[in-house]
Amino acid sequence: MPFTKHNYLVTDPKDIPKAIAEAFYIASSGRPGPVLVDIAKDALQKETDFEWPKQLTLPGYHPQIEPENQAIKDAAALIAQSLKPVLYVGGGVMKANATKELMQLAELLGAPVVTTLMALGSFPDSHPQHYGMPGMHGTVGAVTALQKADLLITLGARFDDRVTGKLSTFAVNAKVIHADIDPAEIGKNRFADVPVVGDLKYTIAALIPALKAEFAKGRADLSPWLAAMNKLRATYPLGYDLPKDGSLSPQYVIERISAITGPEAIYVAGVGQHQMWAAQFVKYENPRTWLNSGGLGTMGYAVPAAMGAKVGAPDTTVWAIDGDGCFQMTNQELVTCALNNIPIKVAIINNESLGMVRQWQTLFYEGRYSNTSLESKRVPDFVKLADAMGCVGLTCDRMEDVDAIIKKANSINDQPVVVDFRVFRDAMVWPMVAAGTSNDDIMIARELAPDWDSQEL
Amino acid sequence: MSTHTLSVLVENSPGVLARVAGLFSRRAYNIDSLAVGPTENPDISRMTIVINVESHSLEQVIRQLDKLVNVIHIAELKLEESVQAELLLVKISATSKNKFDVDAVLETYDASIVDEDSESLTIEATGDAAKISDLLNALERFGIRELAQSGLVAIERGSGSLADRTLSTQSIPTADSGQADYQN
Repeated sequence: MPFTKHNYLVTDPKDIPKAIAEAFYIASSGRPGPVLVDIAKDALQKETDFEWPKQLTLPGYHPQIEPENQAIKDAAALIAQSLKPVLYVGGGVMKANATKELMQLAELLGAPVVTTLMALGSFPDSHPQHYGMPGMHGTVGAVTALQKADLLITLGARFDDRVTGKLSTFAVNAKVIHADIDPAEIGKNRFADVPVVGDLKYTIAALIPALKAEFAKGRADLSPWLAAMNKLRATYPLGYDLPKDGSLSPQYVIERISAITGPEAIYVAGVGQHQMWAAQFVKYENPRTWLNSGGLGTMGYAVPAAMGAKVGAPDTTVWAIDGDGCFQMTNQELVTCALNNIPIKVAIINNESLGMVRQWQTLFYEGRYSNTSLESKRVPDFVKLADAMGCVGLTCDRMEDVDAIIKKANSINDQPVVVDFRVFRDAMVWPMVAAGTSNDDIMIARELAPDWDSQEL
Repeated sequence: MSTHTLSVLVENSPGVLARVAGLFSRRAYNIDSLAVGPTENPDISRMTIVINVESHSLEQVIRQLDKLVNVIHIAELKLEESVQAELLLVKISATSKNKFDVDAVLETYDASIVDEDSESLTIEATGDAAKISDLLNALERFGIRELAQSGLVAIERGSGSLADRTLSTQSIPTADSGQADYQN
């Protein structure tokens, strides 16, 4: 039960059609989620007359699609008065296919937009209102916009601890509008001043005219807020230092994959440092071009998810950006890709470590490395492994070769490609809000906080 | 922390109790008592759940329960708006010598003897938690050999019923071919 939305155990073959029909309905409606139908072997062996149910009766399942008018009015009134609003956008906007509506609302309001890990691509990175990803490894601009806001317009997000940091210190001066299709998310972690239950496509579509009506009566001047936030964002863009020992920078590799392959491709990641760098340094412009397991933290997600993405969108380039630890968990699926003509591309960001855990051991456990070293960039030999599984295996350990290797990988479309990028072992993900601390204590590098005195916040 | 009584209407199908119990254990909510039984509708069972939580988490409990597909309706039954009862069966040591004293206690608490032999009496009583607890205190001096107690069951006072207010069970049409487009 814990990781499916619902499940069935079918022991009588006549119940199979009903269970399947209900399962698809439940999985794809409301807050979508997987439904397991477990059909017992004896049920599969018996005979039955197939009868597809004409209708389904689910007395306990009534997702609320249309938001309540009063909630929309209250939300619009609060937004129109706010001096420091921020659109806090989560993966729900993507699931609701509400990205066009989001763009209209954002441009109508003119406020900063932050997109969580699950929402990357729901609002274009290149848009001047976009502040990037908030949270533990978010941008200074996005984290601070939430911290200093007087109103969080929360759309399909859930106040995850990776976003809020220490909850009691999160956005202490902000009122909260919380719109979500799942009532159980509202008020779970943070009190909602205006709860709005409904499908975000309907909610945002209703909010736009309501807000226009409020603006007709008058609207707050956001320009001081935007000036301060734009200055902060310009002062602290995402960045990284090239390794001093001349080894390959993992961030550079990911940045180049994005720049060369472009925003029409689909990017998939596992879990760890490479995932955060893929979130930070790939430029997302379109919805549903970024797949990752988010809060479930599923190492090994990248290869099979990339395979699914490529089957679903065969004409789109699909890059799995994977870690060497993650890749070892599910790389056997490359055989499926090779045998079924599913030509995905895999970039192994090989730092011979379970890098994110190693980063924590460096920062918080005095470098007492425990079970995070994978010992060698050469064993296993990923090029040979790729070859053995019917894929093209490439390798790269020099910055000057990166572009050519990526172009070569992009040019191969009849076989899966695996590129082993052998990168600097000690690269870290920055910025960082240490677990359990306040977002106010964001660090942009080791022992380096933003210079708050230079900002007018 | 305070005690709340939830009346939960669920589909009468296998596995529902496990789902509810699983939810409570997973979310670390503490159940004081749980009673499950049939209702006037054979397709629906009623669970009466007594939990001890803060009011903020009570709302979460209700919303999480409501998320379970087999849960049809949830209502909190406030003490003053409902009739609440537990069933107690208790076996005490009793001889002809103290039988008279036992009878006095039973009369006070409107309890009755449902089984007896030369050494023991089995007593049945119903009532709210306070009454049951007082009765047990009064019986203690006779020596309690064994006791079995049900979870609390409760029902709303007055003529209204939860089932009346339960959302209608409207049907969801499917396509004939079994190829329905569920992307609504």
